[in-house]
Amino acid sequence: MSQAEAAEPAYDGRPAAAPPDVRPLWALGLFRSELLVTFRRWRTLALLAVLAAVPVVVGIAVKAETSDGGSIGGGGGEGPAFISQITNNGLFLVFTSLAATLPFFLPMTVGVVAGDAVAGEASAGTLRYLLVAPAGRTRLLLAKLTTVLVFCLAATLTVALSALVTGALLFPTGEVTLLSGTTVSFGEGLLRALAIAAVVALSLLGLAALGLFISTLTNSGIAAMAATVGLLITVQIVNAIPQLDEFHPFLFPNYWLSFADLLRDPIYWGDLLKNLGLQALYAAVFGSAAWARFNNRDVTA
Amino acid sequence: MTEPTAAPEDDSAVISTQGLTKRYRGGQLAVDALDLSVPRGSVFGFLGPNGSGKTTTIRMLLGLIEPSGGTARLLGEPMPGSARRVLPRVGALIEGPALYGFLSGRENLLRYDAADPTADPRTRAARVETALERVGLAAAAGKKARAYSLGMKQRLGLAAALLQPRELLVLDEPTNGLDPQGMREIRALVRELAGDGSTVFLSSHLLDEIEQVCTHTAVMHRGRLVTQGTVAEMSAGARGRLAVTTPDPGEAARVLKERGVSDLVTDGEELTGDPPPGDLAELNAALVRAGVRVRAFGVRRASLEDVFVSLTGEGFDVAG
Repeated sequence: MSQAEAAEPAYDGRPAAAPPDVRPLWALGLFRSELLVTFRRWRTLALLAVLAAVPVVVGIAVKAETSDGGSIGGGGGEGPAFISQITNNGLFLVFTSLAATLPFFLPMTVGVVAGDAVAGEASAGTLRYLLVAPAGRTRLLLAKLTTVLVFCLAATLTVALSALVTGALLFPTGEVTLLSGTTVSFGEGLLRALAIAAVVALSLLGLAALGLFISTLTNSGIAAMAATVGLLITVQIVNAIPQLDEFHPFLFPNYWLSFADLLRDPIYWGDLLKNLGLQALYAAVFGSAAWARFNNRDVTA
Repeated sequence: MTEPTAAPEDDSAVISTQGLTKRYRGGQLAVDALDLSVPRGSVFGFLGPNGSGKTTTIRMLLGLIEPSGGTARLLGEPMPGSARRVLPRVGALIEGPALYGFLSGRENLLRYDAADPTADPRTRAARVETALERVGLAAAAGKKARAYSLGMKQRLGLAAALLQPRELLVLDEPTNGLDPQGMREIRALVRELAGDGSTVFLSSHLLDEIEQVCTHTAVMHRGRLVTQGTVAEMSAGARGRLAVTTPDPGEAARVLKERGVSDLVTDGEELTGDPPPGDLAELNAALVRAGVRVRAFGVRRASLEDVFVSLTGEGFDVAG
């Protein structure tokens, strides 16, 4: 197809034979764009704002209840883990807030973002334009998954940082007494808090993959979000029924609260590793399912 | 536009399909054994009523939908297999624009451009501005897309198709939702793009749009290709209708019938019918000799609509 170059520059001379190059670095542009689009949505920002508010509310409540010199939980009610230590050390507000948001709040926001990832693009119709751009189905799904994981980390860090700031402002800080009774410096306490935030973010991996898979099943963003969050609630309920404890080791939230083991000396790795393994398993299974589904799907929206 | 070449037909075809078929789950046959051939450099009108399978065909060509049978080639390469190599050279507007409402027009284009792994990020901003200017949106580029009117959204969709020089533009109903002025501008733009050397594949349910803009056309009806060829051939294929306006319709009808005009229809002062072979001036003279006062006399050129009706035996309505 390249005989008549000079004669007719109009359209015969078009580079029909040479398809444009795909530059590996340029291909990363989609990931950046994906992050931008996700974190510029006011919905994402509202979710993060709600997460940031939780530690503030908890901190103020604890401060108000203990300002007369009384102790937390004196009435007999049980609060979230670590709540009684907050008055001794503001750093414990980080652990309390993560323990309080991890069962529902935190995963709910992940469910919303993951569920909307593909289905939201489909219902807005933008999916077809991304695919003919051509984003490539695998590349687009990878970009989506990466973004959801970044959101998991951002959401966890939002809670942790808000708790750290609130705790430092309202309560004394200093040496940290671990669950095992050992006392470590505030610096090491901070490091352990950071490690806990990382583990909590990784704990959400399984749900993120599950949400992404659900997102490839439907053309309705709302339906995918609702299904993911609904599934989370169902699993949490099943996880709380003792008669069903044979299934519990296979449920993604089962080892979520194991992050507390990072506050022991020496660290108790058993449940922590089980948790990470389970999340990796969920991510592998539902990540592949999402890929298989998305690659074979007719995009009609 | 169709230069004679020694190469086989398929080589010059920008789009070619063979037996392309799509049957949706549930058994509905949306596209039935389509053999389409779009020559390079043409402005190709893909015509058919709503629901005739145009959009499904376009989605198969662009790799969005897997065909249930047959093959499709785009720029000479098989689809959807070569999507990543072919699609950067194709600009598309599919079933109306789709935008991120919370992003500005400019940011929408930046996003779509970032999705193309062959698009150079260093020239991205400049290419986006050029595309915005080309569709007349430069002034509104900073506004949030959700505040755009339908016409502006349509233009932004077109701009997304023009982010890079394209060998082929697939435009599905590009003038939908535009006012007459907007339609004229888009049609002018389409002609300009074709002049630049892009092949334009334009789907429409508006017959006069195809007649005004296109060099070639194909007609779809209920998932099947009814015909394809140049617009000139198609219009020539259908014979024009004789139309006479007169205050004496009764007498005129008698004379015309006598002279061999068939399928005569009288509508108030206007009569139409299929003219007999021969010089029509004789017919006019006969009318005048019979004392019929003639206000207007002539042959109406067949429109694509007439062609469509004669091909399908049906009006141009939504397919059931």
